[in-house]
Amino acid sequence: MGQITLQGVQKSFGPVHIIKGADLEIADGSFVVFVGPSGCGKTTLLRLIAGLEDVTGGSILIDGKNVVDTPPAKRGLSMVFQSYALYPHMSVRGNIGFGLKMAGLSKDETNRKVEAAAATLNLTPYLDRKPRELSGGQRQRVAIGRAIVREPKAFLFDEPLSNLDAALRVQMRIEVTRLQKQLGTTAIYVTHDQVEAMTMADKIVVLNGGKIEQYGSPLELYERPANLFVAGFIGSPKMNFVTGENAAQKGAATIGVRPEHIKIERDGAGGWPGTIAVAEHLGSDTFLYVDAGPLGMLTARYIGELSLHAGDRVSLVPDPARIHRFDASGNALRN
Amino acid sequence: MARKSTTQRVVVSTIGAWFFGFLIFFPILWMVLASFKTELEAFAIPPSFLFFHWTTENYATVQERSDYLLHAMNSIIIAGGSTLIALLIAIPAAWSMAFSPTKRTKDILLWMLSTKMMPPVGVLVPIYLIYKSFGLLDSRIGLVFILCLGNLPIVIWMLFTYFKEIPRDILEAARMDGATIGRELVYVLTPMAIPGLASTMLLNLILAWNEAFWTLNLSTSNAAPLTTFIASYSSPEGLFWAKLSAASTLAIAPILVLGWFSQKQLVRGLTFGAVK
Repeated sequence: MGQITLQGVQKSFGPVHIIKGADLEIADGSFVVFVGPSGCGKTTLLRLIAGLEDVTGGSILIDGKNVVDTPPAKRGLSMVFQSYALYPHMSVRGNIGFGLKMAGLSKDETNRKVEAAAATLNLTPYLDRKPRELSGGQRQRVAIGRAIVREPKAFLFDEPLSNLDAALRVQMRIEVTRLQKQLGTTAIYVTHDQVEAMTMADKIVVLNGGKIEQYGSPLELYERPANLFVAGFIGSPKMNFVTGENAAQKGAATIGVRPEHIKIERDGAGGWPGTIAVAEHLGSDTFLYVDAGPLGMLTARYIGELSLHAGDRVSLVPDPARIHRFDASGNALRN
Repeated sequence: MARKSTTQRVVVSTIGAWFFGFLIFFPILWMVLASFKTELEAFAIPPSFLFFHWTTENYATVQERSDYLLHAMNSIIIAGGSTLIALLIAIPAAWSMAFSPTKRTKDILLWMLSTKMMPPVGVLVPIYLIYKSFGLLDSRIGLVFILCLGNLPIVIWMLFTYFKEIPRDILEAARMDGATIGRELVYVLTPMAIPGLASTMLLNLILAWNEAFWTLNLSTSNAAPLTTFIASYSSPEGLFWAKLSAASTLAIAPILVLGWFSQKQLVRGLTFGAVK
């Protein structure tokens, strides 16, 4: 079991409020991603759950039991650090088995479990190597091995893939997701990469300035962002925002349209006219950055190749069903 | 542009390096040579470099006149003892300052270092009087104590810099893995800090071994280490160059051998943190 509940969790370092009251319900077995810009408090929130920091207020419940006064090891959680944090003087076997040794398991039992974990992660040939003799991806797997071997109630991942190169990151992303589904263990994963968040999560927590902006499934966040921040943060390229008269016509202070929900018309009369400033041709997609005069720079995405270039005049027509409306304080207006 | 390494440049710099190396080593060489001369040849002018009457009589005289083994044993006990005690105090001190620093940690570190800024002679009289009242003059324990205190700031500073280099994440990982503070120290921190501990220990041994101010002033015979033993050859009856050299050679031999075998550790210790 690994149900985690946060109730009004607060954290301050001196006069600085890092977490300003977080309430969250994480269901057993789910994969939850904390995402947000740097300094939003996502890592602090994870460390509070881990017990590496003490809360200033509120309570953290694991399977219904308040753990704010419980030391990290007794919370039944395991953590994968951004720097991997492997013990450099121990072999892979020693690293993975350290937690079991501390828990007082017998040597045979420890070995059996370590070997099973190593087999899951394809680390068996490396069991007697030291961390410095491993590649980045292998070190990462050792760090994960150390987390799974203790059969925790939940895994905590602190930006575990950010030190890997792009190709390896995609591969590890799939491996981590598959492993979590296979084990069925609750996972909390911190990242600043919204692609990781969208692809891995069952549910995403968007944090900004120490506050939870929205909590929901990836598609909920994409389709029904609660406010301007979430609308701008989720989705790539980011959502276009238009204010003024065009927004007022829709009864909103600001309207937002995603680049993929804009139809591009050559020398069309309707919609929003503009001149292409930059055109990016990726083969699979074409991204146009259009200078739309009073509306500012707008981004439009076309699936496939579109032979338009910088300097061409175009007209952008937003899909009326896909327009997001926000009030003056930035909150979404629902129809 | 990278600098060209021409043959000419290599030859010049090699000769230069050997020249300066020899220049620095020369006094030690001269001392060793003098120890094999007769007293007359030892201060003959012009001095003879290699062609003199080689003799080992100085070593025999030195051993006869004073007990080398007693003084060597004193040196080992005083240097070893003060190093050991300094480490025992410094490890927890450096550990707590490196891993749970407070607002005042920097001030404490600076304050400790400031004790090394005062010339020791400034406190000689009070320390001498205290030692006299407590019966610590010419005792090994007294010397162990004063050398330990004298080197403690340096030992704490060195260990502090080593401990600082150990990533916090690794200690947190150990905490997540269920290690108590004691087990964290035994299984994670100490093994990772061994290179640092070793070079700190070596440096402190050498410093304590060569320390002359306090040992000369606070000991005469029973507890006198090798530094006092050397000094006894510069006597009012006259300088005995050859015997003084023999005594000095005997005194530096053990530490020279130790230093030679631990060169690598020492260089790493002294340049630690200079290049990341």
